[in-house]
Amino acid sequence: MNMIRKAWWKWVAFLLLFYTSIYGFIVKVPKLDDRLEHSIRNMFFHVPMWFAMMILLFVSVWYAAKFLRTTSPIDDFYSKAFAATGTLYGFLGLSTGAIWANYQWGSPWSGDPKQNGAAIAMLIYLAYFVLRGSMTDEDKRSRIAAVYNIFAFFMLFPTLWILPRLTESLHPGGQGSEGNPGINGKDMDANMRSVFYPAVIGWTLLGVWVSTLKIRYEILKAK
Amino acid sequence: MKKYFKSFLLVLFAIVCCIGAKAQDVAANTNTDVMRSNGKIFVVMAVVATIVTGLFVYVYSIDKKISKLENK
Repeated sequence: MNMIRKAWWKWVAFLLLFYTSIYGFIVKVPKLDDRLEHSIRNMFFHVPMWFAMMILLFVSVWYAAKFLRTTSPIDDFYSKAFAATGTLYGFLGLSTGAIWANYQWGSPWSGDPKQNGAAIAMLIYLAYFVLRGSMTDEDKRSRIAAVYNIFAFFMLFPTLWILPRLTESLHPGGQGSEGNPGINGKDMDANMRSVFYPAVIGWTLLGVWVSTLKIRYEILKAK
Repeated sequence: MKKYFKSFLLVLFAIVCCIGAKAQDVAANTNTDVMRSNGKIFVVMAVVATIVTGLFVYVYSIDKKISKLENK
């Protein structure tokens, strides 16, 4: 509880993202194919959205499970805020991916299994907020939302991690049933990693910060 | 706090104006200008850095407001 009011990790978030947005344009990138050119630098902006989304949604489901044990409204605030920020990151990931895909694969939406899976996952999380909004009884709302949140999180497994691996994907590493349709770790050299991982941590911390602001607002409102 | 925040924004605005003015000075001499080299990629870098900074200033100001309410 006290951690969310500390300032140091907010500064870490700013410094990491400032570093990313400067060095991400300067760092030397490998030439992977004839079309990618400098657009591989999207690895520092598009991919961290998904990493951060998965972390935020995991925190959300963690608090949903905690709520079912404690039934404390604070845990419900945590769960809701992290789900909202995670979903926002997911939509940012989808739209930045569409921009990149337009220039790499020829159209913003190619029905790539990873794209479809991510879109389905986002719709499932949107239903979480529809579900919350449809109920007026607070206790019932929190309880049902927590149960649905657990279902929604476990739907990420097939939609993001399993199904895209079973078919051919445009995403790197998606040849046949091998590899990892998302990112191919071998594509990144040490220079790129030195920007990519700070970017993931920075975007995640920013997401945590925004979530804690929502939580603090909800707590104030409840008083 | 609000007062400081406004002066901070003013300083930021002044810096951006200075950069803009400087860029026009050297417009004739395009080869030596960093901002115009490398397919103008540094322009994009400046835009992204400004957005990230602005975003953090905004989130920081919300954080301050909530902290103030909490301390009431």
